Amino acid sequence: MDNRPLEYDYTIAKWFMLTTVVLGIVGMLVGVILAWQMAFPAVNTFAGEGLAEYTNFSRLRPLHTDAVIFGFTLSGIFATWYYIGQRVLKVSMAESRFLMFLGKLHFWLYLLLVAAVVVSLLLGITTSKEYAEFEWPIDIAVVVVWVIWGMGLFGLIGIRREKSLYISIWYYIATFLGIAMLYLFNNMAIPTYFVSGGIGAWYHSVSMYSGTNDALVQWWYGHNAVAFGFTVPIVAMIYYFLPKESGQAVYSYKLSLLAFWGLMFVYLWAGGHHLLFSTVPDWMQTMGSVFSVVLILPSWGSAINMLLTMKGEWQQVAASPLIKFMILASTFYMFSTLEGPIQAIKSVNALAHFTDWIVGHVHDGALGWVAFMIMAALFHMAPRVFKREIYSKSLMNTQFWVQTLGVVLYFTSMWIAGITQGMMWRAHDEFGNLAYSFIDTVSVLQPYFTIRAVGGTLYLVGMFLFAYNMYKTMTSSRRVEENELQNASPMGA
Amino acid sequence: MFHWLEKNPFFFAVAVFVVIAFAGLIEILPNFAQASRPVIGTKPYTTLELAGRHVYIKNSCNACHSQLIRPFKSETDRYGKYSLSGEYAYDRPFLWGSKRTGPDLMRVGNYRTTDWHENHMKNPVAVVPGSIMPAYRWMFKNTADIDTAFAEQLTIMKAFAVPYNTEIPMADGSKVTVALADTVEGARASALEEAKVITADMKDQAVKDAVAAGTIPEIVAIIAYMNSLK
Repeated sequence: MDNRPLEYDYTIAKWFMLTTVVLGIVGMLVGVILAWQMAFPAVNTFAGEGLAEYTNFSRLRPLHTDAVIFGFTLSGIFATWYYIGQRVLKVSMAESRFLMFLGKLHFWLYLLLVAAVVVSLLLGITTSKEYAEFEWPIDIAVVVVWVIWGMGLFGLIGIRREKSLYISIWYYIATFLGIAMLYLFNNMAIPTYFVSGGIGAWYHSVSMYSGTNDALVQWWYGHNAVAFGFTVPIVAMIYYFLPKESGQAVYSYKLSLLAFWGLMFVYLWAGGHHLLFSTVPDWMQTMGSVFSVVLILPSWGSAINMLLTMKGEWQQVAASPLIKFMILASTFYMFSTLEGPIQAIKSVNALAHFTDWIVGHVHDGALGWVAFMIMAALFHMAPRVFKREIYSKSLMNTQFWVQTLGVVLYFTSMWIAGITQGMMWRAHDEFGNLAYSFIDTVSVLQPYFTIRAVGGTLYLVGMFLFAYNMYKTMTSSRRVEENELQNASPMGA
Repeated sequence: MFHWLEKNPFFFAVAVFVVIAFAGLIEILPNFAQASRPVIGTKPYTTLELAGRHVYIKNSCNACHSQLIRPFKSETDRYGKYSLSGEYAYDRPFLWGSKRTGPDLMRVGNYRTTDWHENHMKNPVAVVPGSIMPAYRWMFKNTADIDTAFAEQLTIMKAFAVPYNTEIPMADGSKVTVALADTVEGARASALEEAKVITADMKDQAVKDAVAAGTIPEIVAIIAYMNSLK
């Protein structure tokens, strides 16, 4: 306790760490089921014909995406916020009863929401909009939970001792504001029950936007939910955890400035790339395309800043599995933010849109970048919040390689599947007729669907290793003293 | 300036908000009114069709099927005329989808029949060997929610002036009126009339019996919806 005047309160961080692990496993398990259903359709009735309505692909698909985005990732964001926030602002949650109360309320309402979402999606209560499937009662609750988090966030900033906001805090603020704006506008809907004078289902609503406008607002949201859920807060994490774990200072402050403000300005324009060759105005499609390519700059700005932070210390990558996770995450971030702009080029998009290549892109980002970074964050936090060393370093290494193999199998198979199908859809024979019927272009994908399912299963196995390692760390690992917790996290064999 | 912002969280947040809100204003607002105007021949959904659309949404059909034909020869050959913005004027929400695990359905009503859908939803591989689509047998048992569809029709008529009970110009110069009942009982009755037209082409005896007895299974509604997609 020599150089640390404060004892931080990690109660809420711990709770969210738990939901990160549990909802991560749930979301990915559902994803693996979906993957096997596409390879072998008989899996759609794995729980019997009677329950087929609730176990078939179409009912489970939104559950998978929402569990991973709003369950796993959001929990990870909250867990790291309740950890990083106190430390870089140099103020403890325990100093304010009100903030502590808000934090607890935040967690329990969030948990209640998760339950409501699972039930409603399984029942098929959905608005159909991707990552915005929830009907209005849940939407209102989401807004309440978000505002509570925001109050806690700005409250903690309000009572801070460190006057300058660290880079991670910029990104958390942006996450809060970005999601708030996007979510509110995309979910504008009118509850039909009240307008019609009490007819039909009370939870049903109809979108305020129609057709092309609805699509435009949805993909402005959909694309930027990725920005402010899968990029911005994850960058917040790596800016904190990589310098901490490696003991290196962030390579360049100016680069972090450029990357932050660049990302804020450019990202929102790029949503139009989801609507290329659709019925939205052409100039908007071109804007989406061009800004997507420009987006490489701020994305790579952050990633390169992180890689250069390791300058002269690359032996740590070999020595520490925790650093490995973060460096791979950063590398996948670069990879994914190069792949995305390529897919946003009109001529490439003509081929790639509607195919599995897009699915592959989402997953090399989500599995390789987001999930790896969140798990690395949790590994770094565990010894500090539980005051025990990480249970097993070799298990971490095993998990790293199993999951890396899983991601590689996933995106390579989806590349091949997507490009194959895209080429077959557009192929004409010598007489100018379509060369393939639609089902030909589906049957040919079976081997790739199988490889993808294997890749996904490997990743899920890694999640179980992660959960086991965290559980042992929490319960029975060696206790550590405060002075062991300087930079590199203590790990057992 | 940045150093100053980093010490003043309020102004920092304002600056971030302005920077991120900018793109939305520029991209979304200018064409908003124009993009919501229907083309000639586009008409709002009937009660049964809308109930069918709700079944479509309930089962996330849009997770695997698009409703957006892009202006390429390979797509117009396969699915028909490319999509126009005004054709979606009454689609709330839009159902373009983002993935084609199955084929596009924008104009499926032009080339598939009630009978085809009935067989296909019951057992896809029997109709399309090699299909990986799951069977949707529960749609033959679940009852379609006509009341909610009617409530939605009332809502969009009030809030967005969707032209029910109004003459709508068709491409061939004729006029069509989509009727909307005054009461929920009237809506149920008119949906039942529509359902009887569908079941006349169906084989499943349980479904025929249900409609004869006055309840409409989900399968009838979703077929009505898919037949309307042209």
